[in-house]
Amino acid sequence: MTPSTNLTCDLAIVGTGIAGMAAAVFARKQGLSVVQAGSTGAISYTSGVFDVLGAIPASGKDDGIRTIHQPFAGIPALLEAFPGHPYGKISPEDIRCAFHDLIEFLRYAGVSYQAGSDRNYRVISPAGTLKHTWCVPKTVLPGCIALEEKTPTLILGFKGLKGFSARQVVANLKEFWPGLRAERIEFPGFESGELYTEQLARTLETPDARQRLAEAIAPLLSDARAVGMPAVMGMHRPIKVAQDLAMRLGVPVFEVPTMPPGVPGIRLKEAFEDKLPEIGVDLFCQQQISGTIPASDSPFTLRITGQPVEREVRANHVLLASGRFLGGGLAGSLDGIAETVFDLDVVQPETRSNWYQVDYFDPRGHAIHTTGLQTDDKFRPLDENNAPVHPRLFAAGSILAHQDWIRMKCGAGVAIATAYAAVEAIAKP
Amino acid sequence: MQTDVLIIGAGATGTGIARDLALRGVHCVVTESGDINAGASGGNHGLLHSGGRYVSNDTEAARECHEENLLLKRLAPQCVEDCGGLFVAVQGDDENFIADYPGWCAKAGVPVKTIDPDLAREMEPVLSDKLIAAYEVADASIDPFKLSLENMAHAKALTGSTLLRRTAVIGFDIEAGRIVRVQLVNTVTGEKSSIEATQIVNAAGAWTDRVAAMAGADISMLYSQGTLLVTHERMTDRVVNRLRPPGDGDILVPGGTVSILGTTSVTIPNPDLARPTVAEVDVNVRQGAGMIPSLMDTRYVRAYCGVRPLISAGGGDGRSVSRGFALFDHEDANLSNFCSVAGGKLTTFRMMAEKTADLVCRRLGNTKPSLTVSEPLPEASACEWTEPGRAPKLWAARHDSGDELLCECEMVPASAVDEIIHSCRDEFPDPGLQALGKRSRIGKGSCQGAFCGVRVAAHLYENGQMDSRQGLVKMREFFEERFKGQRPALWNAQLVQAELAEALHCGLLGLELVNPDDPQEVE
Repeated sequence: MTPSTNLTCDLAIVGTGIAGMAAAVFARKQGLSVVQAGSTGAISYTSGVFDVLGAIPASGKDDGIRTIHQPFAGIPALLEAFPGHPYGKISPEDIRCAFHDLIEFLRYAGVSYQAGSDRNYRVISPAGTLKHTWCVPKTVLPGCIALEEKTPTLILGFKGLKGFSARQVVANLKEFWPGLRAERIEFPGFESGELYTEQLARTLETPDARQRLAEAIAPLLSDARAVGMPAVMGMHRPIKVAQDLAMRLGVPVFEVPTMPPGVPGIRLKEAFEDKLPEIGVDLFCQQQISGTIPASDSPFTLRITGQPVEREVRANHVLLASGRFLGGGLAGSLDGIAETVFDLDVVQPETRSNWYQVDYFDPRGHAIHTTGLQTDDKFRPLDENNAPVHPRLFAAGSILAHQDWIRMKCGAGVAIATAYAAVEAIAKP
Repeated sequence: MQTDVLIIGAGATGTGIARDLALRGVHCVVTESGDINAGASGGNHGLLHSGGRYVSNDTEAARECHEENLLLKRLAPQCVEDCGGLFVAVQGDDENFIADYPGWCAKAGVPVKTIDPDLAREMEPVLSDKLIAAYEVADASIDPFKLSLENMAHAKALTGSTLLRRTAVIGFDIEAGRIVRVQLVNTVTGEKSSIEATQIVNAAGAWTDRVAAMAGADISMLYSQGTLLVTHERMTDRVVNRLRPPGDGDILVPGGTVSILGTTSVTIPNPDLARPTVAEVDVNVRQGAGMIPSLMDTRYVRAYCGVRPLISAGGGDGRSVSRGFALFDHEDANLSNFCSVAGGKLTTFRMMAEKTADLVCRRLGNTKPSLTVSEPLPEASACEWTEPGRAPKLWAARHDSGDELLCECEMVPASAVDEIIHSCRDEFPDPGLQALGKRSRIGKGSCQGAFCGVRVAAHLYENGQMDSRQGLVKMREFFEERFKGQRPALWNAQLVQAELAEALHCGLLGLELVNPDDPQEVE
C-alpha cells in the first residue's frame, strides 16, 4: 500500500508509555517537532504513583533487600550494587528537573501530582502493605499524611468491587495504626452486580453522585478524621472530585491504588492522549511503527501502520521508548530475547535457564528484568562493538538494561529521567 | 489416636486403599505430609492408558492398563473423559516398530485399529503433514484430583475414615516384630503426635523407600522425574501418542480445556528436589513438534513434574524399568503388620489398592472380598469445582449478579470459594490459597493465579477467614508455588503475563518485602 500521508519531524518517538509520553512533553518544550506512535502501551497498567527509588535488591542470596527512604541519597548505593543502572548517566538535579517539567504538564492536563522533598512517601497498597515512592497523585497524598500522623481513619470498600478489601488493609496495618477502621458499603446507584473502578470514577464526575456517596459515608464516620477508598475519584478532574467529597464529609478523603488496570493509570493515559496533541505532538495511539536503521548521515524513514491510513514518517532523530515485554519493545522466545523494532543488540543471560531465579521472591530479583539495551552516556543504543548503532537513535525507559524497575521501585524515575536526558542530548547536541 | 489401618500417603494408591478397605468395613486413617496427590498422582499426564504405550516393552503392564482402563471408565465415569487415543508416526520414525505394533497389541490383549494417516489428520487437524502411520486405541483422560478426593470422600462416608493433611511420619515404635505406634509431626506447626494402628500401609510413592527404611525394611527404588507442559488451549480431541519406543515429548493428553504435553525421564537422586527445568521443557516442545508442529508456537501456561516411584531390580534407567507394581509384606524384615506398595501407574492404582488391601485383610482376619471391581465410585459434591470447564457452566446456569467472579480465567465465583471452605471446614480449618487452588480451578488459567490470588485473598479477608499479616504470607506461598511451574515455561505470551504478574505482586504490593515478624517498615 502506498502511504497516503507523509510526515517529517525532528523526533519520532516509538512508544506511548510513560517514557514516550514524557519525552514528547520535554521535546515540545525544547521546540522540537514530534511524531509519536505506539501500540496499546502499558500505561493504564501503571499504579499511578511515580517511583524514583524504593529498594536495592540483594547482591547475594542471603543478603536482604535494602528499603530506600531517601531516593536521591540512595542512588550512590544503587550504582555501587548495579553499576550499569541508567541513573549513572544522569544527575539527581536533572531527575528533579524532569519530574518538575512533567508534573507541570500533568497539572495542565488536570492530574495533579506532589513530589516528595528528600524522602519517599509511604503509600497504602490495596493489600495493606506500604509502597515507598517519591511522587504521588494529590488524591493519594492525604493517605500518606494520615499514615504519618496516625490519624483516626476509615478505609472504605465497595460491595461488588473485587480485589479490594478494606478489612485486608486494616488487618495488615492496624497493629501500627490503632485508629484505622474498615467499612464496606453499597456504592449508591450500583447496589448489585460487579463494580469496575473506571465506571465508578466516571460516575463520580457528577456532583449528584458525589452527594449520594457522601451521604452513604457520613453515618460511618464516627471519630474518623480521614477517609480512604479505592482509586475511583473521577477521571478528568480527580482533585476537584476529592476536594468536593472532602468538603461534603468535613474530613480529607484519599485514594488507595487498586489492581491494574486502575483508574490512576487510565487517567494518565487519557491526560496524555488529550493534551499532547494540544501542545503540538502528532500522536498516533494503538498503531504499529516500524522501520530500519539508515546510513548514519541519512534521516530515518518509519512507517506507521494501522487503521485507517498508513503514514510514512521522515525523522531526523528517533527515540525508542517501546518498553519491555508487556509494552512490546522486547520479545522473549525459546531462543532468546530480541528487540522488536530495529532488532538491536540485547544484553541478556547466556541461556533461558538463567532468566529467572528458582524462587519467585528471591531477594536478588530476576535477571530477565535487567536485560535490555546498553547505551552510551547520551542514551544511544550500542552495537556489539560498543559503538552507537546510529548517531541519532536514542532509547529511554524500561527497555534500558541494568535496571529492574519492579524490584528497585524506579520505573517512573527511569522512564521520566532517561526521556529527559535523551531529549536534552537531541536538542543540545 | 487409634485406627484399624494407617495408610501413609494420600495419592491415588493411598486413597484407593482407604476406599477398598472401607468397602470391607475397615476404618482407616490416611496421613499425608503435604496435601492430596502431592506426589506423582498430582504430577502426571492425567492419562488413562489403553496399554498401547507399553505393548512394545512391557506386556504385563500393558495388559493391566487395558483391564483397569475398562473398569474405571465404567465405575468412575465422572473422573474420566473417554476421548480415545491415537498412536502416530511421522517420516523418519522406525518402520519396523510401526509394522510390529499391531502384533504387540494383540499379544497384550490391547485393542487397536489401523487407520489411514489422512483420516487421522481429519480427526486431529493439528497432526503433522508428514504422518506415515496411525493406530486408534482406547486411551482416555482422567482427573486424578477428583479421583483421590472421591476415594477419600467414599472411605469417609463408609467407615468414617479420615485424612490427616500436612502430617508426616517421623518414626515407628517397634516391639516384637510389630509396629505398635507411629510417630507423626504436623509439617506446618511442628506439633508431634502418635497413632496406634493394627496394620500400617506404606503408599508414599517416591518416598516409599524412606518410609520403609524408618521401619528397618529395605526397598530399592529409582526416582525418575518427568516434566510436563500445560498448553493455554486444548489442542486435540484425543490423546495423541508418538508411535515409537517410549521417549521424551511423546504424548499430548487433553485435560478439559487444556492439553498436557510430556514427558521427560530424568533420574534424580532425591524426590524432594524434583522441579521442572528449562532444559526438559525445551526437549518436550521440540520433540512434541515432530508429531504436532504447532506445539512449537503454542502458548504454554506452566510446566510441572512428578517423580515416578520405580522399583529398581538392579540396573536400567527410568525408561526401561517396568511400570508394574510391587507389594512388599516386609516379613523378611521381621515385621508382621507393615507393608509397602510402590511402582505401577495411575491407571492401575485400583488394582494396586485391591492387592494391598487383600494382604491387609488377610492379616486382619477380614474375609470380605474387594468390591472396587464392581462398586461404582460415588460422585462427591465437594469435588465438583476441580473439573475443568465445570465452573463456567455452573456460573452461567445459576448466574447471580451479586456473585463476583474471582478467577476470570477459569470463571470461579466467590460462591464457589465459600462452598469449598464450607464443605471442607473440618478437613482444613485454615483455608490457605493453596488448599483452595487444589480443590478448584483457581490459579490454573492463563494468569496462573496472578490476579485471582489477589482477589481470593481480598475475599478471604473480607469474610474474616484471614485477619492478620499471616494472610500476606499465604499470598506469597501461593504465588511462589504457582511460579515453580511457570518458571521454565516463560517465553512469548506467557512471559508477558509473568512480567505483569510480578509488576502487580512486587511493583505494586511489595510482597517480596513482606516480613510479618518484622513490622519496622511501618514504624
